[in-house]
Amino acid sequence: MAADLILPNGGTPAGTSSPASSSSLLNRLQLDDDIDGETRDLFVTVDDPKKHVCTMETYITYRITTKSTRVEFDLPEYSVRRRYQDFDWLRNKLEESQPTHLIPPLPEKFVVKGVVDRFSEEFVETRRKALDKFLKRITDHPVLSFNEHFNVFLTAKDLNAYKKQGIALLTRVGESVKHVTGGYKLRSRPLEFAAIGDYLDTFALKLGTIDRIAQRIIKEEIEYLVELREYGPVYSTWSALEGELAEPLEGVSACIGNCSTALEELTDDVTEEFLPVLREYILYSDSMKSVLKKRDQVQAEYEAKLEAVALRKEDRPKVPADVEKCQDRMECFNADLKADMERWQSNKRHDFRQLLVGLADKNIQYYEKCLMAWESIIPLLQEKQETK
Amino acid sequence: MEQAAPDPDRQLQPAPVESLGGPGAVLEAAVGEETEGTREDSAGVHTMTGNDLWLKKIEISVSEAEKRTGRNAVNMQETYTAYLIETRSVERADGQSVLTDSLWRRYSEFELLRNYLLVYYPHVVVPPLPEKRAEFVWHKLSADNMDPDFVERRRIGLENFLLRVASHPVLCRDKIFYLFLTQEGNWKETVNETGFQLKADSRLKALNATFRVKNPDKRFTELKHYSDELQSVISHLLRVRARVADRLYGVYKVHGNYGRVFSEWSAIEKEMGDGLQSAGHHMDVYASSIDDILEDEEHYADQLKEYLFYAEALRAVCRKHELMQYDLETAAQDLASKKQQCEELATGTVRTFSLKGVTTKLFGQESAEQREARVKVLEEQINAGEQQLKSKNLEGREFVKNAWADIERFKEQKNRDLKEALISYAVMQISMCKKGIQVWTNAKECFSKM
Repeated sequence: MAADLILPNGGTPAGTSSPASSSSLLNRLQLDDDIDGETRDLFVTVDDPKKHVCTMETYITYRITTKSTRVEFDLPEYSVRRRYQDFDWLRNKLEESQPTHLIPPLPEKFVVKGVVDRFSEEFVETRRKALDKFLKRITDHPVLSFNEHFNVFLTAKDLNAYKKQGIALLTRVGESVKHVTGGYKLRSRPLEFAAIGDYLDTFALKLGTIDRIAQRIIKEEIEYLVELREYGPVYSTWSALEGELAEPLEGVSACIGNCSTALEELTDDVTEEFLPVLREYILYSDSMKSVLKKRDQVQAEYEAKLEAVALRKEDRPKVPADVEKCQDRMECFNADLKADMERWQSNKRHDFRQLLVGLADKNIQYYEKCLMAWESIIPLLQEKQETK
Repeated sequence: MEQAAPDPDRQLQPAPVESLGGPGAVLEAAVGEETEGTREDSAGVHTMTGNDLWLKKIEISVSEAEKRTGRNAVNMQETYTAYLIETRSVERADGQSVLTDSLWRRYSEFELLRNYLLVYYPHVVVPPLPEKRAEFVWHKLSADNMDPDFVERRRIGLENFLLRVASHPVLCRDKIFYLFLTQEGNWKETVNETGFQLKADSRLKALNATFRVKNPDKRFTELKHYSDELQSVISHLLRVRARVADRLYGVYKVHGNYGRVFSEWSAIEKEMGDGLQSAGHHMDVYASSIDDILEDEEHYADQLKEYLFYAEALRAVCRKHELMQYDLETAAQDLASKKQQCEELATGTVRTFSLKGVTTKLFGQESAEQREARVKVLEEQINAGEQQLKSKNLEGREFVKNAWADIERFKEQKNRDLKEALISYAVMQISMCKKGIQVWTNAKECFSKM
């Protein structure tokens, strides 16, 4: 068995790599990753959204630019155009072929709430950022980034042709996990996975609450904005009646106008940059929960098979091959999942730090704009008017 | 500044010299002493002339409010609030003040005082009282007259009213005002004894004059339009401001929910826990900061309200002018028609319709004596009429002169006060922004330590 044969490509054709290769590769690469990005050899960017109008439909494509020194890539640089359904296809393929790993979430397929125009600049930009994040997360993953489907996604001129081929390039693990049947009852979940499960439950719950609070705040801010937009102009109306007070009143009106604009910018920013990331992580938690379930199934099957063997009361201590396979499968899964979980936790911490610092920054900027507006009219208000 | 109709019985000593800076400041009004320059008039009351030295000043404050129960006019139990008015005289040298008078008054007595001033000083823009009932409230603010916050703001408003009256060059000299500050018992009777209610112009009469007057002074017509528009725009402003306050309250309070959820979330996190927890605390601080902010803003709203009510006082002066002018026009018309009648009788031609003319036609000509008698009566009436017209004219011109002088004084006061109000509003907004920056900066620091 080529157990110690470590191949650069973690997702090799079935049969040649050992089940443990994913995690040992992971361990090796994790050391490299600690040197912040210096050993990075793959860069992917999503940008340049374009609208395509065809007879049957209208849709948006994004340009995917790839720069890499990896041997898996024939050219050093690639530029292709992909649409949302291509990303969706990629994600499905990754889930299929790498079931022991946590696959990053995609932004929601359909617009859930509100009357948002899916061709509006704001919506497209929000989506572009999320798709960029999605690919970058895959790029950063030591196993997923070597996935064949991912490679094709980044490089193929005609992705549809490739899709039609229906090439199932499953990893050995993927192949075997695919055939795990459910219906086995899990004896006991290892503490660490139980803890992860509980954590994800509470985590998703809290994120949901934060999402609702953030939306409520935006709603209140918009209603506040509506009133401000009526409030400012009344000072203008008053100003038209007055002599000496005309300029001060007009100044106050303009000031309130500036604050209104600043508030609108705040609500737009939060809607476009804060809420989508929250939702992404809720989706992430959901998909992680499914992977955990799958892991449970793998363990359950192993335990059941093991028990069946024990009950047969054979003298031979040798464990049958298929039970061994189950054990491999389970241990592999556990290792991959554990590693991914750690990686996920660290990314999550970074992402949320960035997200919340960003939220605080947006609010600070809003108040600074308002402060500037009010401070600038104080001299105007204090001015002694020349008597006419 | 002279009064239009000086009445020695109502003149008295306190006569302020300085105008105040903003409402709420304790006013120093000068009190006359027996220094040189005073004169004792026939009624034995001292009045001050303009250039005398003041040795003492007085301070007026409405220092307390108290809930009382009593029996009203129909002998039913009622609850009302009484306000303590304290008057102090201040020795200029060392600034120490001595309490000279202290008595309790309720809102209705303030109203009585103001109504009296309106009748006896129609050429003055009489300072308004704070509102009788809470209006333009945003939802958290109580509309209940017994609510302590409302009572407190009313106390300040009443103090402001007294300070305005005491600093007015004409109103401060009024005896009834002086008695209001000094004589607790029997004051109501004293006011009523002046018979001012009878002297008040009827609303109907005033309305009639407004419609029918032909040649009012253009300045008053413009002023009336101005005061109408001012009232409308300030009402609108106050209404929207109340809604703005409501919404702002909502925004801040919802942030408090972040505090709770961050705290709950921090319980399941290891490294992120502390940062989240402390950030949550700052969100709580943010949410609770709005109460003080909006309480301060109520002061701004009160300043606007004062000028909203001042608009009504301006209109009252305009109405008085229209009434006097109409009165004058009617008297002149009356006189002209009498003169014509006289002329007709003398010449024997009948151009104007008169009952006498009709009866003469019907029942025959009157005798020469009868006609002469009538002419004599008319001539007497014409003479009296001409005298009346002269004095009405004089009165009218005096009124216009004095009223316009007070209006100019008022305009300057208004511009000063409102500018101050706008500045203090801007300062409040600046303070609110700075607080916001502080809180979010603190939260940001906590987040960055996650």
